[in-house]
Amino acid sequence: MTDAAPTASSSSREDRVQRGLRAARDWVLRLLLAPFVEVGALFRLLTESLFWAVRPPFRGRLFVSAMEFIGIGSLFIVSLTALFVGGVLALQLVDGFRDFGAENQTGAVIGLALAREVGPVFAALMVTSRAGSAMTTELGSMRVTNQIDALVSMAVNPVQYLVVPRLVAGFVMVPVLTMLFDVVGVFGAFCVAVFLLGLDPGVFMDRLQWLVDWDDVSQGLIKAMVFGVVVSLIACRQGFYAKGGAAGVGRATNRSVVHSAIAILMLDYLVTSLVLGEGFL
Amino acid sequence: MKIFRRNLMRPTRPTAPADVVSDPIHVRIRDLHKSYDDHHVLRGVSLDIHRGKTNLIIGPSGSGKSVLMRQLIRLEKPDSGEILVNGVDFAQLSGLALDNGRRTFGMVFQMSALFDSMSVFDNVAFPLREHTDMSRKEIRARVMERLAGLGIASAARKMPSELSGGMQKRVAVARAMIVESEILIYDEPTTGLDPITTEMVDDLITEAEDLFGVTSVVISHDMASVVRIADHLNFLHQGQIAATGTPEELLHSDHPATAEFIRASRISLE
Repeated sequence: MTDAAPTASSSSREDRVQRGLRAARDWVLRLLLAPFVEVGALFRLLTESLFWAVRPPFRGRLFVSAMEFIGIGSLFIVSLTALFVGGVLALQLVDGFRDFGAENQTGAVIGLALAREVGPVFAALMVTSRAGSAMTTELGSMRVTNQIDALVSMAVNPVQYLVVPRLVAGFVMVPVLTMLFDVVGVFGAFCVAVFLLGLDPGVFMDRLQWLVDWDDVSQGLIKAMVFGVVVSLIACRQGFYAKGGAAGVGRATNRSVVHSAIAILMLDYLVTSLVLGEGFL
Repeated sequence: MKIFRRNLMRPTRPTAPADVVSDPIHVRIRDLHKSYDDHHVLRGVSLDIHRGKTNLIIGPSGSGKSVLMRQLIRLEKPDSGEILVNGVDFAQLSGLALDNGRRTFGMVFQMSALFDSMSVFDNVAFPLREHTDMSRKEIRARVMERLAGLGIASAARKMPSELSGGMQKRVAVARAMIVESEILIYDEPTTGLDPITTEMVDDLITEAEDLFGVTSVVISHDMASVVRIADHLNFLHQGQIAATGTPEELLHSDHPATAEFIRASRISLE
């Protein structure tokens, strides 16, 4: 009896240690696999959406409504941020270029930056914060209150009804918002550079037209299309598969914004590398 | 440009042959299994849903009632087993055939599940707009007739959030019945309602059956409602049908779990 007690005790301690190690291993594995699981889920939803996008019925009213929500609804916030981003770029560049007498190039550099990078990235980030989060919340609420199940029970495919119009709206409207961002951003930069910092307006516009051409604008628009689809896809994926009641919807919305912001910045590098044909490992 | 016609891929409700319609058993569920990871919820459920009757599935919380409902309407695919609806195995359907099959059912969810971005009218009109070629005028007439029949015509322009729980339930019933489905499924229809509204919802279920000849499947653990409306009772316990029969037969059941459930709910036929 005296020998058996310590043996049983040490064996139960070993069991506990082994269970703890297994749990730790599973946790690490889940952590490492999580990004792949997420990307897999996104591709699955994208594939399903593409399949349903070309099948009737085509609900034009839903497409118009989604475009109105993503595009028209974001006009003000995109214009406002563009005005200040253009202004601050002008402030920084005129200040920096003056040190070596190159402030005349301000218009050219701002135009190039806005068309290629700042326009699509900021427009997509604004759509994420305004429309993406709202889409996740709406779909998440529909999921946890059985409204998506109700659609299925009425023989209406929820991906076709809820996700496809939002993806198409993102694909179409984010490039439109990007063009708006570019135009308002240049206007903001022009006002600051010319009226506040005393640059010659003719030189500002001439340099801008000299350096920025259609290839720069189209590069930004290609990025905007990619960002539009990805932002809508992430928002829909997070909302569509939300669980855990109101708290779960809150967590899904949070993930939606964070994942979208990360995806925009990562894809920005990837698309730029592809377009320029350099910058790979 | 025929491909762009809206109704090209629209599901059409299947019409059962005459010999099938005369079969008193509308749905036969046989040896149905469903697991979530290691949790085996449905462990070989077998039961008959009687045509044109109110069929109740009762059981304690966690017994698998809602999971059974989700398999029945194919919100989820069962692991194994058969769900024979008018002789067709619903468990094996997929794609457009599954969508067609789903149109046999109307579903009233526990929390009504009304689309909160649409008005009451649009909620009820939704299945007609999606699945029929009816004109706007015809849809309006049918929806208003159904809302009036349920005493909620005045709420047609209201949003679901402006309605009480009882009214939401009535709208959900109107939406489920609007395409004249053969089978109406109610998931815990009286949960969270006061006694008067509960009685009203019970009346609604029996009225739907009388007026439209539908088969009702009610999932509930409200024994007072059960006794009031049930034609056939099925007691689900630990993922299996432990007892089945008329309310009277079940109230006098000697199956231990059934007897304990009925004793705890303090219900008698009187």
